[in-house]
Amino acid sequence: MTEQYDAIVIGAGHNGLVCAALLGKAGRKVLVLEANEQVGGAAVTRRFADDYSVPACAHLLYQLQPQVKKDLGLNIALASDDMETVALSTDGQHVRYSGDRVQGVSDADAASYREFHRRMGRFANLLQTYLNKPPPRLGTKDRKDLVTLARLGLDLRMLGRKEMREFLRLIGMNIHDEVTERFESKLLKGALSLDAVVGTHLGPRSPNTIMTYLYRLAGNAGRLAAPAGGMGAVSEALAQAARSHGVTIRTGMPVQRVIVDNGRVTGVETQNGENFASFTVISNADPKTTILNLVGARHVETGFARRISNIRMQGNAAKLHLALDGLPVVQGLEKKDFGARLLIAPDEHYVERAFNPAKYGETSPEPVLEISIPSFRDSTLAPTGKHVLSAIVQYAPYRLKKGWDKAAREAFKETTLRKITEFMPDIDGRITAVELLTPVDIEQEFHMGGGHWHHGEFTLDQFMFVRPVSGAAQYAMPLDGLFLCGAGTHPGGGVSGAAGRNAARAILGREKSA
Amino acid sequence: MNVIEVHQGRLESPFYPRLKALDRLDSWHTWKGYTTPDALFDAELEYFAIRNSTGVFDLTPMTKYRITGKDSLAYVDRLVTRDMQKVTAGRVAYAVWCNDQGQVIDDGTIFHLREGEYRLCSQERHLPWLMAAAIGFDVTIREETADIAALAVQGPTSFSIMKNLGLHGIENLKPFGLMHFDFQGTELMVSRTGFTGDLGYELWLSPGKALALWDALFEAGRHYDIRAMGTHALEQARIEAGYLAAYQEFLPADETVRTGRSRSPFELGLDWLVDFRKPNFNGRRALAAEKLSGSKWRLVKLDIEGNKPAHHSYIYAKPRKNKKEIGFITSASWSPVCKQNIAIGSVRMPHGATGETVWVEVYYQREMHWSRVMAKATVVDKAFWFPARRSATPPAPY
Ligand SMILES: Cc1cc2nc3c(=O)[nH]c(=O)nc-3n(C[C@H](O)[C@H](O)[C@H](O)COP(=O)(O)OP(=O)(O)OC[C@H]3O[C@@H](n4cnc5c(N)ncnc54)[C@H](O)[C@@H]3O)c2cc1C
Repeated sequence: MTEQYDAIVIGAGHNGLVCAALLGKAGRKVLVLEANEQVGGAAVTRRFADDYSVPACAHLLYQLQPQVKKDLGLNIALASDDMETVALSTDGQHVRYSGDRVQGVSDADAASYREFHRRMGRFANLLQTYLNKPPPRLGTKDRKDLVTLARLGLDLRMLGRKEMREFLRLIGMNIHDEVTERFESKLLKGALSLDAVVGTHLGPRSPNTIMTYLYRLAGNAGRLAAPAGGMGAVSEALAQAARSHGVTIRTGMPVQRVIVDNGRVTGVETQNGENFASFTVISNADPKTTILNLVGARHVETGFARRISNIRMQGNAAKLHLALDGLPVVQGLEKKDFGARLLIAPDEHYVERAFNPAKYGETSPEPVLEISIPSFRDSTLAPTGKHVLSAIVQYAPYRLKKGWDKAAREAFKETTLRKITEFMPDIDGRITAVELLTPVDIEQEFHMGGGHWHHGEFTLDQFMFVRPVSGAAQYAMPLDGLFLCGAGTHPGGGVSGAAGRNAARAILGREKSA
Repeated sequence: MNVIEVHQGRLESPFYPRLKALDRLDSWHTWKGYTTPDALFDAELEYFAIRNSTGVFDLTPMTKYRITGKDSLAYVDRLVTRDMQKVTAGRVAYAVWCNDQGQVIDDGTIFHLREGEYRLCSQERHLPWLMAAAIGFDVTIREETADIAALAVQGPTSFSIMKNLGLHGIENLKPFGLMHFDFQGTELMVSRTGFTGDLGYELWLSPGKALALWDALFEAGRHYDIRAMGTHALEQARIEAGYLAAYQEFLPADETVRTGRSRSPFELGLDWLVDFRKPNFNGRRALAAEKLSGSKWRLVKLDIEGNKPAHHSYIYAKPRKNKKEIGFITSASWSPVCKQNIAIGSVRMPHGATGETVWVEVYYQREMHWSRVMAKATVVDKAFWFPARRSATPPAPY
């Protein structure tokens, strides 16, 4: 007889773990099945060369929702907190910012930045409230939906007439127009442009890149941190919390399919042929993978299958890891500055130009980079005196026109290293190992469709009420017993836990009302 | 510059030369891009051919899709509301298909040509929907409207004509059955189907042999008063048979803009086509919910007092005081064969139960001036015209 669970979660990504832990906390008997040997999904620390470990995808923590920490009593040790951002310049005249303070710019820019930060923070706070609850359904008579919707309207009004107008004006706008209107400093404009587009298939002139920027700020006002032990530590802490609530987590267990019997979900079958039974199956895999591969389109309805298959989710962010036998030299940086986040995005046009080729399935000849050196404050990641560099590199389109063969990967590695060398002239001599993860690698190794950061592009047409698709924004899919809890659902990706928490609450809420 | 010629005028069916030769009225319209006669000689006489001898209608413009592949059965079964497992090779099924909201996109016939090979025939074009429905299935869907020439041969003498045409074994063909024959070295598919509610057949073959088939057919029917006909005659017969027409009894759900303007199968009297024993089909969830909460509309067939066709009329529960409009007529006609003033309409639930009396506001014009009568009407449940010959196998040789 196969064992019966109250709920089975497919995938131990951080959202899957949050969801499982909250269900466990509510007394449910929960099983988590993870394909990889390690828990965490894209929030993981792993070894990439002898004695060198890196956060393999996500490297900076800024979105973890306070509600998640509170509900699960998480206490995550940080190696760095309130990290500074340094927008690098080849001449050493860098721009630095953290909080509402920016250095290396004119007084006018500094004042303008304070105002910009205040306003963005205010809008991000409004957004944040809505990230932590299921978006209301439109056109229903459900009381909860109507109340949430009314609240949303009210919250907007509470901003005041002027601010509300400003919010509605900004939300669909692009970051380029906003930063060019406000600032003189090229470096600042470039850096903020990068902040808005990291992890997306968007350039700073693409619509709704203000929204992506706000999303980054929602939760912790953009405050950057790095967990001790790398991003994997967050997932480990979540797994620990889940286990303490009685959740069983089994790794190395890829799920082959969701079993559908007589129009409802009854369990899952793993690739090694084991069956696990449950009338509630929650997938942390992306919506497309879940519906089209694990469930099968034939078990859902046509319109829904079509909407799911039309989700845009081709990743553009590659990850570069370097093992270094010492810190590189960067003109104008002191040693302590290596604990900061370093950006290569010298001006706002540079970022847009980097994006241009991606539209046509080509990599950026001049890429943008977000670099951290996690070993700088965390000795567990590299031997003493040695370091690991972790960089998000854009743009590296998932669907490369020529295909991601060996030559293409080598070429992009070269391009990226050349770019880094412009800012870190001695880096070449310091490198002892290199790892490049393209979106295709990320898809294969972390089972994220398209290798996409958010499990689905972060645009207004795939946001809130229509994330992942219209009619399925409340975590329950139109197949009895099937739920989603990953980044592909509301509110989206990033190490935030919001999707996992919302999903758990939606599932428990349904049980209560049933 | 590479110039590709695009046909800009109306398309001509492969039967066009024969239709044109018989045409005395020069009254044509476009049907799905094809030029199609309203009537060729006299609409009424063409209609009487259906009921008294045999009428021939060119249905080539009917939209046709070929569905093949390993999953074809699973595919059609998920597409439509009825159980397609029961429709074995050699059978034809009338079916409706719905969107996720359980609203009818269209109705049509599905021909199970050979094991695992289907033809779907419908009024409207549906390729985008059919392709979307194919996600996750190993099927190939090919639009074959122009690759198949088709004729409807309908009326009491049609069976004799088929025999005369040399179709051996046609006497065993039951309603909603199909058979393959050889016609001058080409495959001819004959199904016992039609849109007239009478004894009749539909003939399908490749366009190259269309004219030869026409000639052979009219030769075979020479002594059986075979007659070509246009859409007016067919429409008259269609209403008598109580069949639905897209854009009349319902709007294809994907064409509606306002909510509440589409119809579910229940609202079209097609409950018998919805099989909830199937674990999944398009619209199942919504239809199950509708079954519980009740439908908003009901399709009614009306037998109306008097002889003035109730085109576009409002339907009322009461004739005078507290006159409350409960629905409207979607198709209406004086039926010569039934000697009845008949109509099909859509009324709000719970109105329109069988046997119920309703009132129809009929407007008519006499020498420019409009008049109005409140005609009493009774809701009937059977088709207005359903002769025994329609289902007899073998049919009697008239
Ligand atoms: C290159 C890159 C850099 C990033 N950098 C940052 C960053 O610095 N900061 C930040 O906040 N965010 C960052 N992100 C985004 C963030 O990592 C993700 O949005 C987030 O981790 C998604 O979490 P999740 O739990 O929803 O899904 P995932 O982490 O994708 O977890 C899904 C889990 O499900 C498992 N799974 C899938 N299919 C199956 C199956 N069939 N059977 C069993 N298990 C299965 C997977 O193995 C995986 O463990 C980055 C993303 C990428 C790709």
